Amino acid sequence: MLNRKEILETIDMVEKEHFDVRTITMGISLIPCIRDDAKKTATLCYDRICKKAENIVKVAEDLGAEYGIPIINKRVSITPASLLTSSFCGKEIILAKALDDAAKTIGIDFLGGYSALVQKGMTSYEKSFIESIPEALSLTDRMCSSVNVGSSKSGINMDAVRLMGEIIKKTADKTKERDGFGCAKLVVFCNAVEDNPFMAGAFHGVGEGETVINVGVSGPGVVHHALKSMQGASIDQIAETIKKTAFKITRAGQLIAEEASKRLNAEFGIVDLSLAPTPVMGDSVAHILEEIGLDSVGGHGTTAALAMLNDAVKKGGVMASSNVGGLSGAFIPVSEDIGMINAAKSGAITLSKLEAMTCVCSVGIDMVAVPGNTPATTISGMIADEAAIGMINNKTTAVRVIPVPGKDVGDSVEFGGLLGSAPIMAVSPYGCDKFIGRGGRMPAPIHSNKN
Amino acid sequence: MKAIVTVIGKDKPGIISKVSTSLANMNVNIEDISQTIVQGNFTMLMLCDLEKAEFSLKEVKNKLVELGEEIGVSIHVQHEDIFNAMHKI
Repeated sequence: MLNRKEILETIDMVEKEHFDVRTITMGISLIPCIRDDAKKTATLCYDRICKKAENIVKVAEDLGAEYGIPIINKRVSITPASLLTSSFCGKEIILAKALDDAAKTIGIDFLGGYSALVQKGMTSYEKSFIESIPEALSLTDRMCSSVNVGSSKSGINMDAVRLMGEIIKKTADKTKERDGFGCAKLVVFCNAVEDNPFMAGAFHGVGEGETVINVGVSGPGVVHHALKSMQGASIDQIAETIKKTAFKITRAGQLIAEEASKRLNAEFGIVDLSLAPTPVMGDSVAHILEEIGLDSVGGHGTTAALAMLNDAVKKGGVMASSNVGGLSGAFIPVSEDIGMINAAKSGAITLSKLEAMTCVCSVGIDMVAVPGNTPATTISGMIADEAAIGMINNKTTAVRVIPVPGKDVGDSVEFGGLLGSAPIMAVSPYGCDKFIGRGGRMPAPIHSNKN
Repeated sequence: MKAIVTVIGKDKPGIISKVSTSLANMNVNIEDISQTIVQGNFTMLMLCDLEKAEFSLKEVKNKLVELGEEIGVSIHVQHEDIFNAMHKI
């Protein structure tokens, strides 16, 4: 009846290995709130979010207590806001403030979906919306923004890539008193997914149901601990252990997701099988890679070890959940992972190596601080590179960089909490002004034509 | 609904008695119990039925956690389903 080993294993995972459910994210469609007036739309959006997600914090806390697994973040994602603001260009900020107010009223950590999807073309209202992002992020606290600039099916919108380089610079400038913190809440995607529960990139896609619960599990510490006892084991044995551990973690996420959906009167969407690190010791993806056998993350062998880790996590997780989605894989945000922070400080990891790593794992150049004087076109170049990796490899990639005003290589920046701290990393001194200046649309790759 | 109560700490007289008295006072029925001592470390697992309990799982948990702090052991109370989900297919 009682299996001592299994019960104690679960308790140890939480107590000693930082196992948690990283987020319960409620996706809410705000399409019914669209009006031709900014104030009316904002009020309706505020009311709908407060009504639908009224109990999310309480339910998450109850579930955490009952199952003994901490649920760290409670979040809401909404219909991409650029679809809500088409009739009141220039007044988008009114909606942004209402969304932030709603997040504060219901007590969630973040609200995502101040977003635009412009992978193929950009309408005049989407351009106006994107131009509102720097101010919106400077005037709000809990609202996150994302823009999708490319996809495997449609190619890369190079006009949007150019614009986003400028928007990131403006956002940093608007929040310069907080070291460009606004940029930590802004992500540029290629192949953005509609059911991602993680921030800053969560939004509720138009293909989704009315109210959906998506859960993101975590547990780098659990995987790291499982590998500690495997000195000398071959790489296939390591992969097998990661798979089994991911299975257990995901099953807990699936249970919590099902129960949360029931209690919140929402559809169960997906479980996102991600290994999401935090800056605390023992919760690092980089340390898993070092446990596998690297002297430091960023050295030769890193990409291969990460590819195996990412794949094993997915294989274990897929069987544990009825519906897998979101970003699913290992995250490698620099400022949010103590092992990555140390590797960046010592110079073991560079932007070039990070870019290579994004070819084989979840997301992309994430939470990287770069010099404040980095040109907008260079940031656009980074976005274009990541988008190309995503487009060609049929995967999601993203860029979340912070050009920290007034800081340069050798300095560091402190964002606090889950966002951590980061040394400023060097970018290439060679520009790409002419390339970015061309604009236009990069055609979709040949393998997108599968019909 | 069933819950697993786990008690871990340094062995001393009266742990079982205090925990089971507290559970009885809340009308929680103990269905299975397993206890060992390894190098002075006390570990007890109990399968409890809360069907007729006068308190919610959360309240039972809070009371036991408080008791654990009083007698110097760590007590966890978790819904049985979490272990079934994580360890059984």
